[in-house]
Amino acid sequence: MSPARAQPVVRVRNLTRRFTLKGVLNGVDLDIRKGEFVALLGRSGCGKSTLLRALAHLDHEATGEGEIVVPARLSVVFQDARLLPWKRVLDNVILGLDGVDAKARGRQALAEVELPGREASWPYELSGGEQQRVALARSLVREPELLLADEPFGALDALTRIRMHVLLKRLSAVHNPAVLLVTHDVDEAIELADRVVVMDQGRIAADIPVDLPAQGPERSVRFTQLRRQLLGRLGVEDSLAHPDPAIA
Amino acid sequence: MNAQSRTALATALELPRGVREPLELPAAASKPAPARRRLGIPAADPLGWLLGPALLVLVWTVGSMTGVIDARILPAPWVTVSTAIDLLREGRLQANLLISAWRAAQGLAFGVAAGVIVALIAGLSLSGGYVFDGLVQVKRSIPTLALIPLVILWFGIGETMKVTVIAISVFIPIYLNTHTALRGIETRYVELAETLGLSRWAFIRQVVLPGALPGFLLGLRFAVMAAWLALVVVEQLNATSGIGYMINLARTYAQSDVIVVGLVVYALLGLSSDLAVRTLEARTLTWRRTFAK
Repeated sequence: MSPARAQPVVRVRNLTRRFTLKGVLNGVDLDIRKGEFVALLGRSGCGKSTLLRALAHLDHEATGEGEIVVPARLSVVFQDARLLPWKRVLDNVILGLDGVDAKARGRQALAEVELPGREASWPYELSGGEQQRVALARSLVREPELLLADEPFGALDALTRIRMHVLLKRLSAVHNPAVLLVTHDVDEAIELADRVVVMDQGRIAADIPVDLPAQGPERSVRFTQLRRQLLGRLGVEDSLAHPDPAIA
Repeated sequence: MNAQSRTALATALELPRGVREPLELPAAASKPAPARRRLGIPAADPLGWLLGPALLVLVWTVGSMTGVIDARILPAPWVTVSTAIDLLREGRLQANLLISAWRAAQGLAFGVAAGVIVALIAGLSLSGGYVFDGLVQVKRSIPTLALIPLVILWFGIGETMKVTVIAISVFIPIYLNTHTALRGIETRYVELAETLGLSRWAFIRQVVLPGALPGFLLGLRFAVMAAWLALVVVEQLNATSGIGYMINLARTYAQSDVIVVGLVVYALLGLSSDLAVRTLEARTLTWRRTFAK
C-alpha cells in the first residue's frame, strides 16, 4: 500500500504544550499515515522531543490543549537503550508481554536485530550498539502500529550508527509501522525517512517529502539538494556544515 | 605521530622478522623524559587487610612475653586461647553464644520484616509516605538505646525486652535504605514501564522491587551491625545468660581472659555475619558489573 493513499494512524491538531521549565508547543498539526516513515528535525529546544513525548503520553507535567489520536499499539525507542539492568536480555525484550509464545517471539525479535544467542546475557555485557538493538527488538516484538524514536542513535559512534540505519530501514520495511524519528542529524533524516518535518519554535516550519531516486548519481545530487534545503530551514549554511558536498 | 617516526616505523615494517632498526628520535626529544610518577594506589591484595590484625596480635604476644603488658590488664594470647578452650570444654561458651545468637536472630528477623513492610507502604504509596515517613524520621532522631528504660517498663527485663530493642535498632537502617531505594527508582525506568503498558503490580514486581534490592541489602549490612551493637548493650543489662552476661560476670571476678574471649567472639560474629550479607549480595546482584567475575 502506498503511504500517500493510506489512512492516517496519527492525527495531531492544534496541539499546545507548556511547561514551567522547558519545551513549548505552539499549535502543531501533524498526520502520519500507516507505514509512513517521518523524520522530525529541528534544533535543540525546538519542541521536537516535546511533541514525541506528547504522542507517547509521557508528558504528565505539561499543560495544554489540542487533539492527539495515536494507535493503541505504540512503542518508544529512547536515546538510551533503557534496558533494566537486573533483567537478562530476553526478559528485557518481552517485559510486559504475556502469553505462552512470548519467549519464542522475543527470541525471534532478537534474531531479527542480529543478536541471536544473546538471550541470557546481562545488559552490561553488551556494547552500546547492541543494547540499542535489544531496545529495538523490545519495541518491534510488540508489532507496533506507531514507532516513536527519540534520537535513538544519538549516543552511538558513527560506524555503529550506519549499521543501525540499515537495520532500522530493513525492519521498518518488514514490520511496516508508522515511524516518527526525532533527530538533529539531517543526513540521517534524508537517509531513512519518506518525509522530513522541520520544527522551529514549537511549530511545524516545513514538511518536505524525500523523493530520492533509488540509486545512481541522481540520488546523490538530489540528496545534496535536500540537505541544503533542510539545513537552510534549520538556519545553517551547507558549505559550512559540510565542505565537501560529494559526501552523502 | 610525527612524520619522522612514521618513516622509521615504515622502515621497521619492511625489515625481516626479528630485525629492528633503531628509531631515530628527533633532536628535541633526545633528552630522556623523566619517568611519570604513579599517583593512584595499586590494586589491593584481597587478604591484605589481615596485616593490621596480625601486627596487633604480634605486639600483644611480644608485649606479654617481655612483661611490658601486665597480665592483670591484658592476659597473654596463649592464656586467652587456653581459657577459650576451657570455656568450650565446660560448654559455657557454646551455651552463651547460642543464646546471644538466637536473640540477635530474632531481633533481626522482626526488625527486617517490620522495616521492609513499612518501607513498602511508605515507598509505594503517597499517603503511606505521609503517614509513616515523618514518624520514622522522628524516631530516627531518638537513639534506640535511649528507649531502653521505656521498653523495660513495658516488657520487663526478660527476653521480650531484649529482642524488642534489637528489632527497633534493626528497623531503622532497613526502613531508611529500602525506602530511599524505592523512592529513588529512576524516572527513565518509570517512563519505560508506562510506554510498555505495564500494570501497576507488574511495574512494582519487575521494576521497583529489583531496582530497590541493592538499597535493601545495604540496609541489611547496617542492620546486622546494629543488631550486634544492641545485643551487647541489652546483655550488659540485667542478663542472666549470653556472651554479654559472661563478660559482665567475668568483670565481677576480675577474669580479664574471659572478657577478652567474649570480645573476640563478638568480633567473629560481626565479621562472619557481614561476610554472610556480602555473599548474599553477590548471589542476588549478579546483574551488577561490580559483582561480575
